[in-house]
Amino acid sequence: MNQHFTATAEAGSQAPPQDVVRLVDLKRRFGATAALDGISLTVRKGEILGIIGRSGAGKSTLIRCLNGLERPDSGEVFIEGREISRLGERDLQPLRRRIGMIFQHFNLLSAKTVEDNVALPLKIEGRPKAERLARAAELLELVGLSEKAKAYPASLSGGQKQRVGIARALAARPALLLSDEATSALDPETTRSILALLKDINRRLGLTILLITHEMEVIRSIADRVAVIDAGRIVEQGPVWSVFADPHSDITKRLLGTIRPQLPAELSARLLPAAGAETILRIDVAGEAASGPLLSDLATSVPGAFRLVHGGIDHIQQQPVGTLFLSVPGGDAKHLADVIAFLKARQARVEVLGHVADPV
Amino acid sequence: MSPILFELLLRSIWETVLMTAASGLISLVFGLPLGLALIATERGGIAENLWVNRVLGAVINGFRSVPFIILLVALIPVTRLIVGTSIGTWAAIVPLSIAATPYYARIAEVSLREVDHGLIEAARAMGGNRWTIIREVLVPEALPGIVAGFTVTLVTLVGASAMAGAIGAGGLGDLAIRYGYQRFETSVMIAVVVVLIILVCGIQWVGDRLVARLDRRG
Repeated sequence: MNQHFTATAEAGSQAPPQDVVRLVDLKRRFGATAALDGISLTVRKGEILGIIGRSGAGKSTLIRCLNGLERPDSGEVFIEGREISRLGERDLQPLRRRIGMIFQHFNLLSAKTVEDNVALPLKIEGRPKAERLARAAELLELVGLSEKAKAYPASLSGGQKQRVGIARALAARPALLLSDEATSALDPETTRSILALLKDINRRLGLTILLITHEMEVIRSIADRVAVIDAGRIVEQGPVWSVFADPHSDITKRLLGTIRPQLPAELSARLLPAAGAETILRIDVAGEAASGPLLSDLATSVPGAFRLVHGGIDHIQQQPVGTLFLSVPGGDAKHLADVIAFLKARQARVEVLGHVADPV
Repeated sequence: MSPILFELLLRSIWETVLMTAASGLISLVFGLPLGLALIATERGGIAENLWVNRVLGAVINGFRSVPFIILLVALIPVTRLIVGTSIGTWAAIVPLSIAATPYYARIAEVSLREVDHGLIEAARAMGGNRWTIIREVLVPEALPGIVAGFTVTLVTLVGASAMAGAIGAGGLGDLAIRYGYQRFETSVMIAVVVVLIILVCGIQWVGDRLVARLDRRG
């Protein structure tokens, strides 16, 4: 596993109180396939941890182990310091009230009004009706759906349904919110508004959120830390900006491919391994290297031409993270070496992608 | 139609309505829990118990495979035990209920199975127990289907009650056979058929209206 910067030492059986979730060597098999193959993970109080992986990577099994909807074959699940993986259904019920969950397909009860859906966790807790309705009204206000209290879910849009789902998940004042692909069934604009709502709730209520997704965009928008899961194992984890700036595993690079700048296809198709008229470089920068005047410094320090082909600087968790593609004229090995040396001195990662015979 | 025949017709209508309503109510009271038990005990159900599931399924299939006219006669000792007599309208309600209960249980089972599994999971994730899932999720979500199925059962009972004449239960079917068919009173036959059509249409109409009001799935 690739650890980014903050490798947490994990030892002993008692979880420190600031960890809402701690998983130790979780394993779960379905027939011949290992859905979870030794997952160890910590979710700290107040943070948003994003778990990303392709479908079938074991994400759903993992999130369902946290509230006992799924039972691991071996390993330990600590929720607020308490081991829960061996608890019976009856002991899990009060625990599940400490954990809210939102779903890809919302899972709202069609026969209940919006306010009754939101109030259901409190009804399960046995709270009086007046208290339930007051809390439901408060939560619908929070998610901006007060005027829909008496409506039925069928009359709502997808985004509104998920807002109701979020309100419902918060009703019993949980310590942890689990989000199971909560935006995967929504269009991009609605996704953004739902993610903004989750981020807002995280900040305002200090609510710890663990979300699983297959979209890097979701991770980028709201997660503090990310864990990449593949074939039941965590292949990489760390703060989002650092994983984005310097992904180690192939699967992370592939998942990032959809939202990070890539060499245009028409150019990458013409790349040759042998020297040609121009050399194409990929430059990854993060932090200070990305915020300074990198290219103008390059131009003044290293005489000779270069061309910006593609790329951009993104801001992730207030950290600039950039990927640039430069084209440097070939035929002058010294010039190319100087360019690379200058960039490396500025903490940039440089990769020679190949050469093109005829410049564009 | 003579006043006597007209009075007979009125009495027969009452007997048919009584048989249908009483046995319908009993089949609802016993059939719905039976349908819930079938769903709960099946593989992946909220109270999985395959052994119980198989036994319940076999008993239900057993009762459903016996033709009603045979059940009517075969159950005479049971009827005598419960009602005290094996003849008359109340005596017919016993075999009618016993035939309709497994029938309705299967119809309720189908509606209950159509409830999205994600809703059950959501209720579990909220900390709900089995009773919560039944009361807040399974029954309310399946209610339109449960009501529609009950309508079908009532209509079937109207038809089945015609056979109850065989044990002296009276009713519209009995009237049609004895007066309309055996005594060639065509007017009685026509009157019975018209009343039956009105009865069935009425039940169906009320059922459909109720389903439309209950269905919030958009």
